[in-house]
Amino acid sequence: MSSNNDTIGKTLTVTILLCVICSVVVSAAAVMLKPKQVANKDLDRKSNILAAAGISDPSKSVDELFKQITTRYVDLDSGKFVEAPVANYDVRKAAKDPQLGEKLSRSEDIASIKYQAKVMPVYLIESGDGNIEKVILPVHGYGLWSTLYGFLALEGDLNTVVGLGFYSHGETPGLGGEVDNPIWKGLWPGKKVYGSDTSDPEIHLVKGGVDPSAPEAEYKVDALSGATLTSNGVTHLIQFWMGKNGYAPFLNNLRAGEA
Amino acid sequence: MSKTNEVLIGPIVKNNPIALQILGICSALAVTSNLKTALVMGIAVSLVTAFSNLFISAIRNQIPGNIRIIVQMTIIASLVIVVDQILKAFAYEISKQLSVFVGLIITNCIVMGRAEAFAMKNPPGISFLDGIGNGLGYTLVLMFVGTIRELLGSGSLFGIEILPLVNNGGWYQGNGLLLLPPSAFFIIGMFIWIIRSWKPEQVEKPEYTLAPNTKGAQH
Repeated sequence: MSSNNDTIGKTLTVTILLCVICSVVVSAAAVMLKPKQVANKDLDRKSNILAAAGISDPSKSVDELFKQITTRYVDLDSGKFVEAPVANYDVRKAAKDPQLGEKLSRSEDIASIKYQAKVMPVYLIESGDGNIEKVILPVHGYGLWSTLYGFLALEGDLNTVVGLGFYSHGETPGLGGEVDNPIWKGLWPGKKVYGSDTSDPEIHLVKGGVDPSAPEAEYKVDALSGATLTSNGVTHLIQFWMGKNGYAPFLNNLRAGEA
Repeated sequence: MSKTNEVLIGPIVKNNPIALQILGICSALAVTSNLKTALVMGIAVSLVTAFSNLFISAIRNQIPGNIRIIVQMTIIASLVIVVDQILKAFAYEISKQLSVFVGLIITNCIVMGRAEAFAMKNPPGISFLDGIGNGLGYTLVLMFVGTIRELLGSGSLFGIEILPLVNNGGWYQGNGLLLLPPSAFFIIGMFIWIIRSWKPEQVEKPEYTLAPNTKGAQH
Protein backbone atom coordinates (compact mmCIF):
# COMPACT_ATOMS: atom_id res chain seq x y z
CA MET A 1 0.00 0.00 0.00
CA SER A 2 2.62 2.51 -1.01
CA SER A 3 1.31 5.99 -1.62
CA ASN A 4 1.89 5.87 -5.40
CA ASN A 5 -0.92 3.30 -5.56
CA ASP A 6 -3.38 6.08 -4.85
CA THR A 7 -3.02 7.92 -8.15
CA ILE A 8 -6.11 8.10 -10.34
CA GLY A 9 -4.43 6.11 -13.10
CA LYS A 10 -3.42 3.28 -10.82
CA THR A 11 -6.83 3.18 -9.13
CA LEU A 12 -8.58 2.90 -12.49
CA THR A 13 -6.18 0.24 -13.78
CA VAL A 14 -6.56 -1.93 -10.69
CA THR A 15 -10.35 -1.55 -10.70
CA ILE A 16 -10.77 -2.38 -14.37
CA LEU A 17 -8.37 -5.32 -14.34
CA LEU A 18 -9.95 -6.75 -11.20
CA CYS A 19 -13.47 -6.40 -12.56
CA VAL A 20 -12.57 -8.05 -15.85
CA ILE A 21 -10.84 -10.98 -14.17
CA CYS A 22 -13.65 -11.47 -11.63
CA SER A 23 -16.37 -11.31 -14.27
CA VAL A 24 -14.56 -13.85 -16.44
CA VAL A 25 -14.23 -16.23 -13.47
CA VAL A 26 -17.86 -15.80 -12.42
CA SER A 27 -19.31 -16.16 -15.91
CA ALA A 28 -17.09 -19.14 -16.67
CA ALA A 29 -18.33 -20.91 -13.54
CA ALA A 30 -21.95 -20.05 -14.30
CA VAL A 31 -21.79 -21.14 -17.94
CA MET A 32 -19.83 -24.33 -17.38
CA LEU A 33 -21.98 -25.54 -14.51
CA LYS A 34 -25.33 -24.55 -16.05
CA PRO A 35 -26.12 -27.90 -17.76
CA LYS A 36 -25.47 -29.79 -14.54
CA GLN A 37 -27.63 -27.39 -12.51
CA VAL A 38 -30.51 -27.64 -14.97
CA ALA A 39 -30.25 -31.43 -14.87
CA ASN A 40 -30.31 -31.32 -11.05
CA LYS A 41 -33.43 -29.16 -10.99
CA ASP A 42 -35.15 -31.42 -13.46
CA LEU A 43 -34.21 -34.52 -11.48
CA ASP A 44 -35.48 -32.91 -8.30
CA ARG A 45 -38.85 -32.09 -9.90
CA LYS A 46 -39.17 -35.58 -11.30
CA SER A 47 -38.35 -37.30 -8.03
CA ASN A 48 -40.93 -35.13 -6.25
CA ILE A 49 -43.59 -36.10 -8.77
CA LEU A 50 -42.71 -39.76 -8.35
CA ALA A 51 -42.76 -39.43 -4.56
CA ALA A 52 -46.26 -37.89 -4.62
CA ALA A 53 -47.47 -40.71 -6.86
CA GLY A 54 -46.02 -43.23 -4.42
CA ILE A 55 -43.67 -44.72 -7.01
CA SER A 56 -40.32 -45.77 -5.67
CA ASP A 57 -37.92 -48.40 -6.86
CA PRO A 58 -34.35 -48.07 -5.61
CA SER A 59 -33.09 -50.36 -8.36
CA LYS A 60 -34.12 -47.94 -11.11
CA SER A 61 -32.99 -44.40 -11.76
CA VAL A 62 -35.40 -41.50 -11.49
CA ASP A 63 -35.28 -40.97 -15.24
CA GLU A 64 -36.18 -44.60 -15.90
CA LEU A 65 -39.11 -44.45 -13.49
CA PHE A 66 -40.26 -41.17 -14.97
CA LYS A 67 -40.67 -42.78 -18.41
CA GLN A 68 -44.08 -44.12 -17.40
CA ILE A 69 -45.29 -40.57 -16.73
CA THR A 70 -46.69 -38.39 -19.51
CA THR A 71 -46.49 -34.64 -19.10
CA ARG A 72 -49.48 -32.78 -20.57
CA TYR A 73 -50.63 -29.18 -20.31
CA VAL A 74 -54.11 -28.12 -19.33
CA ASP A 75 -55.96 -24.86 -19.81
CA LEU A 76 -57.58 -24.33 -16.44
CA ASP A 77 -60.59 -22.30 -17.66
CA SER A 78 -61.72 -24.70 -20.36
CA GLY A 79 -60.29 -27.78 -18.66
CA LYS A 80 -58.94 -29.06 -21.97
CA PHE A 81 -55.51 -30.34 -22.90
CA VAL A 82 -53.45 -27.76 -24.80
CA GLU A 83 -49.94 -27.51 -26.12
CA ALA A 84 -47.35 -25.88 -23.86
CA PRO A 85 -47.72 -22.12 -24.52
CA VAL A 86 -43.97 -21.59 -24.88
CA ALA A 87 -40.93 -23.83 -24.97
CA ASN A 88 -39.47 -24.51 -21.50
CA TYR A 89 -42.74 -23.37 -19.95
CA ASP A 90 -42.15 -22.14 -16.39
CA VAL A 91 -45.35 -21.95 -14.35
CA ARG A 92 -43.98 -19.56 -11.73
CA LYS A 93 -42.88 -17.08 -14.39
CA ALA A 94 -46.07 -17.54 -16.40
CA ALA A 95 -48.29 -16.69 -13.42
CA LYS A 96 -46.96 -13.12 -13.38
CA ASP A 97 -46.85 -12.74 -17.15
CA PRO A 98 -49.75 -10.53 -18.38
CA GLN A 99 -50.43 -12.88 -21.31
CA LEU A 100 -49.92 -16.25 -19.66
CA GLY A 101 -51.21 -15.56 -16.18
CA GLU A 102 -53.98 -13.71 -14.41
CA LYS A 103 -54.44 -11.88 -11.17
CA LEU A 104 -56.91 -13.50 -8.82
CA SER A 105 -59.58 -11.46 -7.09
CA ARG A 106 -59.52 -11.52 -3.33
CA SER A 107 -62.65 -13.67 -3.03
CA GLU A 108 -61.30 -16.29 -5.43
CA ASP A 109 -57.84 -16.36 -3.96
CA ILE A 110 -58.35 -18.57 -0.92
CA ALA A 111 -54.84 -20.03 -1.23
CA SER A 112 -53.29 -16.50 -1.17
CA ILE A 113 -51.24 -17.00 -4.31
CA LYS A 114 -52.25 -13.67 -5.93
CA TYR A 115 -51.35 -14.73 -9.50
CA GLN A 116 -52.20 -17.93 -11.29
CA ALA A 117 -50.94 -19.32 -14.59
CA LYS A 118 -53.69 -20.02 -17.13
CA VAL A 119 -52.04 -23.22 -18.26
CA MET A 120 -50.72 -25.80 -15.79
CA PRO A 121 -48.71 -28.95 -16.40
CA VAL A 122 -50.29 -32.21 -15.26
CA TYR A 123 -48.62 -35.59 -15.09
CA LEU A 124 -50.47 -38.72 -16.13
CA ILE A 125 -49.71 -42.37 -15.65
CA GLU A 126 -51.59 -44.44 -18.19
CA SER A 127 -52.16 -48.15 -17.99
CA GLY A 128 -51.58 -50.33 -21.04
CA ASP A 129 -55.15 -50.00 -22.38
CA GLY A 130 -55.05 -46.21 -22.45
CA ASN A 131 -56.98 -45.68 -19.22
CA ILE A 132 -55.61 -43.22 -16.73
CA GLU A 133 -54.14 -44.90 -13.69
CA LYS A 134 -52.96 -41.85 -11.76
CA VAL A 135 -53.04 -38.08 -12.18
CA ILE A 136 -50.44 -35.92 -10.48
CA LEU A 137 -51.32 -32.25 -10.10
CA PRO A 138 -48.99 -29.44 -9.02
CA VAL A 139 -50.46 -27.39 -6.17
CA HIS A 140 -49.24 -24.45 -4.14
CA GLY A 141 -50.51 -21.97 -1.59
CA TYR A 142 -49.54 -19.87 1.39
CA GLY A 143 -49.06 -21.42 4.81
CA LEU A 144 -47.85 -19.41 7.78
CA TRP A 145 -44.49 -18.03 6.62
CA SER A 146 -44.08 -19.25 3.11
CA THR A 147 -45.65 -20.60 -0.04
CA LEU A 148 -45.83 -24.38 0.00
CA TYR A 149 -45.19 -26.01 -3.37
CA GLY A 150 -46.15 -29.62 -3.86
CA PHE A 151 -47.93 -32.31 -5.81
CA LEU A 152 -51.24 -34.04 -5.18
CA ALA A 153 -51.67 -37.42 -6.84
CA LEU A 154 -55.11 -38.93 -7.52
CA GLU A 155 -56.19 -42.45 -8.50
CA GLY A 156 -57.80 -43.13 -11.88
CA ASP A 157 -61.26 -42.45 -10.37
CA LEU A 158 -60.04 -38.81 -10.07
CA ASN A 159 -61.29 -38.69 -6.51
CA THR A 160 -59.15 -40.92 -4.29
CA VAL A 161 -55.87 -39.44 -3.06
CA VAL A 162 -52.71 -41.41 -3.79
CA GLY A 163 -50.39 -39.03 -2.03
CA LEU A 164 -49.53 -35.45 -1.21
CA GLY A 165 -46.02 -34.11 -0.93
CA PHE A 166 -44.46 -30.67 -0.68
CA TYR A 167 -41.05 -30.11 -2.18
CA SER A 168 -40.49 -26.52 -1.14
CA HIS A 169 -41.70 -24.58 1.88
CA GLY A 170 -40.37 -22.49 4.76
CA GLU A 171 -42.70 -23.46 7.60
CA THR A 172 -41.55 -23.69 11.24
CA PRO A 173 -39.37 -26.76 11.76
CA GLY A 174 -41.01 -29.24 14.12
CA LEU A 175 -44.46 -27.61 13.80
CA GLY A 176 -45.63 -26.57 10.33
CA GLY A 177 -42.50 -28.19 8.92
CA GLU A 178 -44.07 -31.53 9.83
CA VAL A 179 -45.85 -31.40 6.45
CA ASP A 180 -42.79 -33.38 5.42
CA ASN A 181 -43.31 -36.01 8.12
CA PRO A 182 -43.82 -39.40 6.45
CA ILE A 183 -46.36 -40.42 9.10
CA TRP A 184 -48.51 -37.37 8.43
CA LYS A 185 -48.17 -37.82 4.68
CA GLY A 186 -49.24 -41.43 5.25
CA LEU A 187 -52.66 -40.16 6.39
CA TRP A 188 -53.51 -38.96 2.89
CA PRO A 189 -53.68 -42.04 0.67
CA GLY A 190 -57.22 -43.34 0.36
CA LYS A 191 -58.91 -40.06 1.29
CA LYS A 192 -61.58 -38.71 -1.07
CA VAL A 193 -61.44 -35.20 -2.51
CA TYR A 194 -65.01 -34.72 -3.75
CA GLY A 195 -68.40 -35.59 -2.34
CA SER A 196 -71.40 -35.54 -4.66
CA ASP A 197 -70.41 -32.18 -6.20
CA THR A 198 -67.33 -32.66 -8.32
CA SER A 199 -66.61 -28.94 -8.55
CA ASP A 200 -66.51 -28.28 -4.85
CA PRO A 201 -63.92 -30.27 -2.91
CA GLU A 202 -64.91 -31.64 0.48
CA ILE A 203 -61.50 -32.65 1.74
CA HIS A 204 -60.07 -30.62 4.62
CA LEU A 205 -57.86 -30.86 7.68
CA VAL A 206 -59.47 -31.15 11.12
CA LYS A 207 -58.03 -30.65 14.56
CA GLY A 208 -57.95 -33.34 17.19
CA GLY A 209 -57.64 -36.41 15.04
CA VAL A 210 -60.01 -38.21 12.72
CA ASP A 211 -62.16 -41.05 13.98
CA PRO A 212 -62.16 -43.52 11.09
CA SER A 213 -65.69 -44.70 11.93
CA ALA A 214 -67.13 -41.16 11.94
CA PRO A 215 -69.29 -40.18 8.97
CA GLU A 216 -67.35 -38.39 6.24
CA ALA A 217 -64.02 -39.46 7.76
CA GLU A 218 -62.84 -40.07 4.22
CA TYR A 219 -62.92 -36.30 3.58
CA LYS A 220 -61.01 -35.44 6.73
CA VAL A 221 -57.30 -35.51 7.44
CA ASP A 222 -55.77 -34.92 10.87
CA ALA A 223 -54.27 -31.42 11.10
CA LEU A 224 -50.68 -30.79 12.16
CA SER A 225 -50.45 -30.29 15.90
CA GLY A 226 -49.18 -26.86 16.92
CA ALA A 227 -49.49 -25.57 13.37
CA THR A 228 -53.02 -24.25 12.90
CA LEU A 229 -52.08 -21.70 10.27
CA THR A 230 -50.02 -24.12 8.19
CA SER A 231 -52.89 -26.63 8.44
CA ASN A 232 -55.36 -23.97 7.29
CA GLY A 233 -52.98 -23.15 4.45
CA VAL A 234 -52.92 -26.79 3.34
CA THR A 235 -56.74 -26.98 3.46
CA HIS A 236 -57.03 -23.76 1.47
CA LEU A 237 -54.54 -24.71 -1.18
CA ILE A 238 -56.15 -28.12 -1.75
CA GLN A 239 -59.62 -26.55 -1.83
CA PHE A 240 -58.42 -23.90 -4.26
CA TRP A 241 -56.62 -26.18 -6.69
CA MET A 242 -59.28 -28.86 -6.63
CA GLY A 243 -62.04 -26.25 -6.95
CA LYS A 244 -63.52 -24.47 -9.95
CA ASN A 245 -60.58 -22.07 -10.38
CA GLY A 246 -58.19 -25.00 -10.23
CA TYR A 247 -58.39 -28.42 -11.78
CA ALA A 248 -62.11 -29.18 -11.25
CA PRO A 249 -63.14 -28.33 -14.86
CA PHE A 250 -60.27 -30.44 -16.19
CA LEU A 251 -61.08 -33.38 -13.91
CA ASN A 252 -64.77 -33.19 -14.88
CA ASN A 253 -63.81 -33.24 -18.57
CA LEU A 254 -61.48 -36.13 -17.96
CA ARG A 255 -64.22 -38.07 -16.19
CA ALA A 256 -66.54 -37.46 -19.15
CA GLY A 257 -63.73 -38.41 -21.52
CA GLU A 258 -63.72 -34.98 -23.16
CA ALA A 259 -60.47 -33.43 -22.01
CA MET B 1 4.84 -22.67 18.22
CA SER B 2 5.90 -21.92 14.66
CA LYS B 3 4.10 -19.22 12.74
CA THR B 4 2.41 -21.78 10.46
CA ASN B 5 0.99 -23.64 13.41
CA GLU B 6 -0.03 -20.44 15.05
CA VAL B 7 -2.13 -19.17 12.13
CA LEU B 8 -3.59 -22.60 11.41
CA ILE B 9 -4.30 -23.95 14.90
CA GLY B 10 -4.57 -20.67 16.80
CA PRO B 11 -8.04 -19.66 15.47
CA ILE B 12 -9.52 -23.01 16.43
CA VAL B 13 -9.58 -22.41 20.18
CA LYS B 14 -7.20 -19.68 21.25
CA ASN B 15 -8.40 -17.05 18.84
CA ASN B 16 -11.69 -18.52 17.63
CA PRO B 17 -13.47 -16.16 15.22
CA ILE B 18 -16.89 -16.78 16.73
CA ALA B 19 -16.04 -17.31 20.39
CA LEU B 20 -13.36 -14.65 20.85
CA GLN B 21 -13.75 -12.26 17.96
CA ILE B 22 -17.59 -12.67 17.97
CA LEU B 23 -17.71 -12.61 14.16
CA GLY B 24 -20.03 -14.49 11.83
CA ILE B 25 -22.76 -15.04 14.40
CA CYS B 26 -25.71 -14.56 12.06
CA SER B 27 -24.98 -17.48 9.76
CA ALA B 28 -24.10 -19.58 12.81
CA LEU B 29 -27.72 -19.11 13.91
CA ALA B 30 -29.22 -19.90 10.55
CA VAL B 31 -27.52 -23.04 9.29
CA THR B 32 -26.97 -25.06 12.47
CA SER B 33 -30.34 -26.77 12.83
CA ASN B 34 -28.72 -29.88 11.38
CA LEU B 35 -25.15 -31.10 11.03
CA LYS B 36 -25.08 -31.64 7.29
CA THR B 37 -25.81 -28.03 6.42
CA ALA B 38 -23.49 -26.85 9.22
CA LEU B 39 -20.62 -28.91 7.82
CA VAL B 40 -21.15 -27.80 4.22
CA MET B 41 -21.46 -24.19 5.32
CA GLY B 42 -18.24 -24.55 7.34
CA ILE B 43 -16.37 -25.95 4.36
CA ALA B 44 -17.74 -23.24 2.08
CA VAL B 45 -16.72 -20.46 4.47
CA SER B 46 -13.25 -22.02 4.98
CA LEU B 47 -12.64 -22.16 1.24
CA VAL B 48 -13.90 -18.65 0.61
CA THR B 49 -11.82 -17.23 3.47
CA ALA B 50 -8.69 -19.11 2.39
CA PHE B 51 -8.89 -18.15 -1.27
CA SER B 52 -9.95 -14.56 -0.68
CA ASN B 53 -7.00 -14.23 1.71
CA LEU B 54 -4.71 -15.78 -0.91
CA PHE B 55 -5.78 -13.51 -3.76
CA ILE B 56 -6.00 -10.35 -1.70
CA SER B 57 -2.59 -11.00 -0.22
CA ALA B 58 -1.15 -11.69 -3.67
CA ILE B 59 -2.17 -8.26 -4.95
CA ARG B 60 -1.91 -6.42 -1.62
CA ASN B 61 0.96 -4.24 -2.82
CA GLN B 62 -1.03 -3.11 -5.86
CA ILE B 63 -4.33 -2.29 -4.15
CA PRO B 64 -4.87 1.47 -3.81
CA GLY B 65 -5.55 2.22 -0.14
CA ASN B 66 -8.69 4.25 -0.70
CA ILE B 67 -10.58 1.55 -2.63
CA ARG B 68 -9.21 -1.47 -0.78
CA ILE B 69 -12.51 -2.44 0.86
CA ILE B 70 -14.29 -2.48 -2.50
CA VAL B 71 -11.48 -4.51 -4.04
CA GLN B 72 -11.76 -7.04 -1.19
CA MET B 73 -15.54 -7.19 -1.57
CA THR B 74 -15.28 -7.81 -5.31
CA ILE B 75 -12.91 -10.72 -4.83
CA ILE B 76 -14.96 -12.20 -1.98
CA ALA B 77 -18.23 -11.80 -3.89
CA SER B 78 -16.82 -13.51 -6.97
CA LEU B 79 -15.57 -16.43 -4.91
CA VAL B 80 -18.93 -16.78 -3.15
CA ILE B 81 -20.78 -16.87 -6.48
CA VAL B 82 -18.42 -19.58 -7.71
CA VAL B 83 -18.98 -21.62 -4.51
CA ASP B 84 -22.75 -21.15 -4.84
CA GLN B 85 -22.68 -22.33 -8.47
CA ILE B 86 -20.59 -25.37 -7.57
CA LEU B 87 -22.94 -26.33 -4.74
CA LYS B 88 -25.94 -26.01 -7.05
CA ALA B 89 -24.25 -28.29 -9.56
CA PHE B 90 -22.82 -30.94 -7.27
CA ALA B 91 -24.79 -30.81 -4.01
CA TYR B 92 -28.22 -29.68 -5.10
CA GLU B 93 -30.14 -30.97 -2.05
CA ILE B 94 -27.86 -29.17 0.39
CA SER B 95 -27.75 -25.99 -1.64
CA LYS B 96 -31.55 -25.96 -1.48
CA GLN B 97 -31.41 -26.17 2.31
CA LEU B 98 -28.70 -23.53 2.62
CA SER B 99 -30.63 -21.30 0.18
CA VAL B 100 -29.63 -17.67 0.66
CA PHE B 101 -27.03 -18.33 3.32
CA VAL B 102 -24.39 -19.32 0.79
CA GLY B 103 -24.84 -15.95 -0.89
CA LEU B 104 -24.66 -14.31 2.50
CA ILE B 105 -21.12 -15.60 3.06
CA ILE B 106 -20.23 -12.32 1.32
CA THR B 107 -21.42 -10.47 4.39
CA ASN B 108 -19.81 -12.89 6.82
CA CYS B 109 -17.55 -10.71 8.92
CA ILE B 110 -14.93 -13.45 9.24
CA VAL B 111 -14.06 -13.31 5.54
CA MET B 112 -13.85 -9.53 5.40
CA GLY B 113 -12.21 -9.33 8.83
CA ARG B 114 -9.39 -11.71 7.91
CA ALA B 115 -8.84 -10.02 4.55
CA GLU B 116 -8.47 -6.61 6.15
CA ALA B 117 -6.65 -7.68 9.33
CA PHE B 118 -4.32 -10.38 8.00
CA ALA B 119 -4.13 -10.73 4.22
CA MET B 120 -3.39 -7.03 3.62
CA LYS B 121 -0.23 -7.29 5.75
CA ASN B 122 1.09 -10.82 5.15
CA PRO B 123 2.40 -12.86 2.21
CA PRO B 124 0.01 -15.16 0.29
CA GLY B 125 1.03 -18.58 1.68
CA ILE B 126 0.57 -17.71 5.31
CA SER B 127 -2.61 -15.76 4.50
CA PHE B 128 -4.08 -18.83 2.86
CA LEU B 129 -3.37 -20.87 6.00
CA ASP B 130 -4.85 -18.13 8.16
CA GLY B 131 -8.03 -18.38 6.08
CA ILE B 132 -8.15 -22.17 6.51
CA GLY B 133 -7.50 -21.84 10.26
CA ASN B 134 -10.26 -19.30 10.77
CA GLY B 135 -12.59 -21.34 8.60
CA LEU B 136 -11.88 -24.38 10.77
CA GLY B 137 -12.53 -22.35 13.92
CA TYR B 138 -15.88 -21.30 12.45
CA THR B 139 -16.66 -24.87 11.36
CA LEU B 140 -15.85 -26.18 14.85
CA VAL B 141 -18.38 -23.87 16.49
CA LEU B 142 -20.97 -24.66 13.82
CA MET B 143 -20.51 -28.38 14.37
CA PHE B 144 -20.73 -27.99 18.15
CA VAL B 145 -23.96 -25.99 17.88
CA GLY B 146 -25.27 -28.26 15.14
CA THR B 147 -24.67 -31.41 17.19
CA ILE B 148 -26.65 -30.10 20.15
CA ARG B 149 -29.44 -28.67 18.02
CA GLU B 150 -29.90 -31.67 15.77
CA LEU B 151 -29.55 -34.29 18.52
CA LEU B 152 -31.92 -32.68 21.00
CA GLY B 153 -34.14 -30.97 18.43
CA SER B 154 -34.77 -33.70 15.89
CA GLY B 155 -33.21 -36.71 17.64
CA SER B 156 -30.70 -37.43 14.90
CA LEU B 157 -27.11 -36.73 13.83
CA PHE B 158 -26.33 -36.20 10.13
CA GLY B 159 -29.92 -37.28 9.50
CA ILE B 160 -29.38 -40.68 11.16
CA GLU B 161 -31.88 -41.33 13.91
CA ILE B 162 -30.31 -41.52 17.39
CA LEU B 163 -33.27 -40.73 19.64
CA PRO B 164 -36.52 -42.01 18.08
CA LEU B 165 -39.07 -39.18 18.06
CA VAL B 166 -42.59 -39.45 19.44
CA ASN B 167 -43.84 -38.19 16.05
CA ASN B 168 -42.27 -41.23 14.41
CA GLY B 169 -43.49 -43.66 17.03
CA GLY B 170 -40.48 -43.47 19.39
CA TRP B 171 -40.13 -42.13 22.93
CA TYR B 172 -38.19 -38.88 22.54
CA GLN B 173 -40.10 -35.58 22.48
CA GLY B 174 -37.99 -33.27 20.32
CA ASN B 175 -37.20 -29.84 21.71
CA GLY B 176 -38.79 -27.47 19.21
CA LEU B 177 -36.92 -24.42 20.49
CA LEU B 178 -33.62 -25.96 19.42
CA LEU B 179 -34.81 -26.12 15.82
CA LEU B 180 -35.41 -22.38 15.77
CA PRO B 181 -32.56 -19.91 15.22
CA PRO B 182 -32.67 -18.17 18.65
CA SER B 183 -31.57 -21.36 20.41
CA ALA B 184 -28.15 -21.03 18.75
CA PHE B 185 -27.68 -17.81 20.75
CA PHE B 186 -27.90 -19.76 24.01
CA ILE B 187 -25.62 -22.52 22.76
CA ILE B 188 -22.99 -20.12 21.41
CA GLY B 189 -23.19 -18.22 24.69
CA MET B 190 -22.55 -21.43 26.61
CA PHE B 191 -19.72 -22.32 24.23
CA ILE B 192 -18.04 -18.96 24.89
CA TRP B 193 -18.55 -19.48 28.63
CA ILE B 194 -16.91 -22.93 28.50
CA ILE B 195 -13.93 -21.66 26.47
CA ARG B 196 -13.41 -18.70 28.75
CA SER B 197 -13.57 -20.83 31.90
CA TRP B 198 -10.94 -23.08 30.35
CA LYS B 199 -8.79 -20.18 29.10
CA PRO B 200 -9.48 -17.29 31.50
CA GLU B 201 -7.04 -15.00 29.61
CA GLN B 202 -9.78 -14.60 26.96
CA VAL B 203 -12.04 -12.73 29.37
CA GLU B 204 -12.02 -9.04 28.47
CA LYS B 205 -11.24 -6.51 31.19
CA PRO B 206 -14.42 -4.63 32.04
CA GLU B 207 -14.36 -1.17 30.48
CA TYR B 208 -15.91 0.35 33.59
CA THR B 209 -15.90 -0.92 37.13
CA LEU B 210 -18.27 0.11 39.84
CA ALA B 211 -16.52 2.40 42.26
CA PRO B 212 -16.81 1.37 45.91
CA ASN B 213 -19.51 3.23 47.76
CA THR B 214 -17.64 5.96 49.67
CA LYS B 215 -20.63 7.80 51.07
CA GLY B 216 -21.49 5.22 53.67
CA ALA B 217 -24.97 3.96 54.34
CA GLN B 218 -27.66 6.64 54.37
CA HIS B 219 -30.84 6.04 56.26
